[in-house]
Amino acid sequence: MDQSNTASVSSSNSVSESIPPRADFFKVCDFNFYYGKKQALYHVNMEIPARQVTAFIGPSGCGKSTLLRNFNRMNELIDGIRHEGDILLNGRSIFDKTIEVIALRRSIGMVFQKSNPFPKSIYENIVYSMRIAGVNTKSVLDETVERSLRGAALWDEAKDRLHDSALGLSGGQMQRLCIARAIANRPEVLLMDEPCSALDPIATAKVEDLIHELKKEFTIVIVTHNMQQATRCSDKTAFFYLGKLIEFDVTQKIFSNPAEKQTEDYITGRFG
Amino acid sequence: MSDTTAERTDFLARATASGSGKRSFGNKILSIVCVGLAFLTLIPLCSIIFLVLKNGLPLLSLSVFTDLPPAPGLTGGGFGNALIGTLLMVGLALVLATPFGILSAIYVNEYAPASELAKTVRFVAKLLTGIPSIIAGVFAYAVVVLATGGFSAWAGGFALAILVLPTILLTAEQALMGVPKSFREASYGLGATNFQTIWRIVLPDALPAMMTGVMLAVARAAGETAPLLFTALFSQYWIQSLKEPTASLSVLIYNFSTTFDDHQKQMAWTASLVLVVLVTLANISAQVVFRKR
Amino acid sequence: METPAIQQGGIKEFRKGTDFFRILCWVASAATVATLAWILVEITRQAWPAIEKFGFGFVTGARWLPNREVFGVLPFLVGTATSSLIALVFALPLGLAVAIFLSEDFLPLPVRQVVRFTVEMLAAIPSVVYGLWGIFVVIPLVQQFGSWAMVACKDIPVLKEIFAGPAYGNSLLTASLVLALMILPTITAISRTALVAVPGTLREGAYALGSTRWEAILGVILPTAAPGIVAATILALGRAMGETMAIAMLIGNSSRLSWSLLSPAGTLAGLLANQFGEAEGLQMNSLMLAALLLVILTLFVNMAGEAVLRYTEKQTAGIR
Repeated sequence: MDQSNTASVSSSNSVSESIPPRADFFKVCDFNFYYGKKQALYHVNMEIPARQVTAFIGPSGCGKSTLLRNFNRMNELIDGIRHEGDILLNGRSIFDKTIEVIALRRSIGMVFQKSNPFPKSIYENIVYSMRIAGVNTKSVLDETVERSLRGAALWDEAKDRLHDSALGLSGGQMQRLCIARAIANRPEVLLMDEPCSALDPIATAKVEDLIHELKKEFTIVIVTHNMQQATRCSDKTAFFYLGKLIEFDVTQKIFSNPAEKQTEDYITGRFG
Repeated sequence: MSDTTAERTDFLARATASGSGKRSFGNKILSIVCVGLAFLTLIPLCSIIFLVLKNGLPLLSLSVFTDLPPAPGLTGGGFGNALIGTLLMVGLALVLATPFGILSAIYVNEYAPASELAKTVRFVAKLLTGIPSIIAGVFAYAVVVLATGGFSAWAGGFALAILVLPTILLTAEQALMGVPKSFREASYGLGATNFQTIWRIVLPDALPAMMTGVMLAVARAAGETAPLLFTALFSQYWIQSLKEPTASLSVLIYNFSTTFDDHQKQMAWTASLVLVVLVTLANISAQVVFRKR
Repeated sequence: METPAIQQGGIKEFRKGTDFFRILCWVASAATVATLAWILVEITRQAWPAIEKFGFGFVTGARWLPNREVFGVLPFLVGTATSSLIALVFALPLGLAVAIFLSEDFLPLPVRQVVRFTVEMLAAIPSVVYGLWGIFVVIPLVQQFGSWAMVACKDIPVLKEIFAGPAYGNSLLTASLVLALMILPTITAISRTALVAVPGTLREGAYALGSTRWEAILGVILPTAAPGIVAATILALGRAMGETMAIAMLIGNSSRLSWSLLSPAGTLAGLLANQFGEAEGLQMNSLMLAALLLVILTLFVNMAGEAVLRYTEKQTAGIR
């Protein structure tokens, strides 16, 4: 089923490939997802634009993280999962047999809810993805570290202790290090799974500023439980409820004038 | 505009990057090696179990549990006295070690968890687990055999008690730690004393997990040979009192495995079978008791 | 119904019970600590005549001749060290492979549980049964291998010493192989605990950066678990040094120093098992001194292992 979908959609897409930040960078086509027998996503259809920030909101268990984790096929680490439908990245199915999942993940950076620096030095954390690909040239690695740390607004704080353990950083710094690590390999996309939920307000503000900077270069999808964060950071917002995509629109529209009753109930705090 | 297109083509190329094929291949090889090594370790174990069954079963009959060990050159016989001796000395070890182990655990976890004594007890218990079993024998020889003037079941039981004390203590402490703090708070909140809380609330809740430790201790003690070699020694006869040399399964296996008498060697295998079953049963019951919690 | 006076009387009675029980628990704790001290003091006391007579020469003396009252423990110290280290060389890669196998999902959970149960059973088999099995299985194998190896290596410089014949079955190699099997469960259990304790978020992080499974294992998970694995190795070493029965049945109990893996050798624990029963006088004192050395060595190794383990706990606490 995947195969036929892929073929038809990708051929139709190739016509419109010349418009720079394409509006259907990620294209989710009638996507169903199951953990064992439990269905977590129901017929999701959406198009995520390039070089913009798209926020996923909704109460816990609504499937927003599940969908995010399908974009780089992280869900495949779990036993007994299954999907129907397709996800196209830049016009091409990410489930295509010719796509190596490890190569796909290298092109898609991911930042997790809880910062997860490896117990190595700051430097080694950032060059990890280069090293596993066999890049060991010192000048290239040095250049990558500086670029990534600058990109993650951590360079000034970390440049004098690049070879100290990453575990000595503060919580907010650790999360920015994880962002630096995720962009080290020049991915096209940054997936962020509640990146600020473990941070204090000041660290959160720094990460949000960073998101504004990063969207010039990257397509960003961010899952958040914090609606203020969605309004502050995102261009478009998708509201999920019980595994269904209820509404997906420009952020301002969602928060000022939602089309659906459930969305309105959620953003006004009536449930969730 | 052309710039973005170029970048995009580059991106598509990267998603099917060459080189990742080589990495995936190396990945598969390592997985196969790892699984292979894991199964390699199963071979010796299967060999042990197979041989114990193959060589042990032929002589296994009810009479081996009721007869005395055969003298060299004779057939028949059994190891009834050794089985009783093992059970007896394991029992002695439990009687000696359990009160000390559990009371220490209570002190360490309930009365003064942060005290210097508690820290020392924990540390000493860990060190005692690492003491070679033969040392327990040497020690029991010095303080029991030399003092009483002879080999005895007491000496053997004492040596085994030294060995199982840390096992009982550490599992009992784990068991006490597993009792929810809220239980204690509720009890104190109702005006109970320390003793009442421990006796009526904490101990009943921790008891099954403590039994795990006791069963592990049985498993460990039953299989030990070294501490018994020169404390309980061995005996060809039925046990008459705790003050005389006492047979045990493990020492019987040791003695019979190094003789040239084929029948005795066979008997060593049969005794091994019984001993392995005994130890395994004790281990399994330890886990079953714990799971019920 | 109850007047305050009665209540107070009741409480007082409980207080007495409480205090008594507390004292009882304290005494038990103190006794536990005293046990270790008692063991050390008593063995030292029994060993004293030998300490006075031989002094440090006991450790450096290479001859152990009971009928001439010459007692030097060096061959047994060397045998203890070499047999334990050779056992580690075999057991560490295997034990680690099993630990990784158990903590990853190469095969479905039921299969892994069977493997785990089997390895746990390895730990439960009594030492004397390993000895019996070694006599029947490993000794003939080592004899065959030895006969082949001594011919194959007779012209190769270093190897010809290591595989010098005659190939007795009772040898250092036999004992080390069985010892490896016996310490494997220790290495596996502690390493597995260390591997499982590596937070899942680190694994996710590695995968999200495009690692293959083994790049994640070798680059992130093993390094994070390394202190725990080191502790496992040290504690296994301590176990190997103290292992008695299987060694006594397989190593040949020789007091001659030899470079060959195929020659009989001896360990401290094996020496005690063999000679303690019939020893008297100075030989008994010397055996007690050998026992003291063994206790001190194993205590030292175990303390190192515990220290590393404690460091590990602190370190992983930082990651979480």
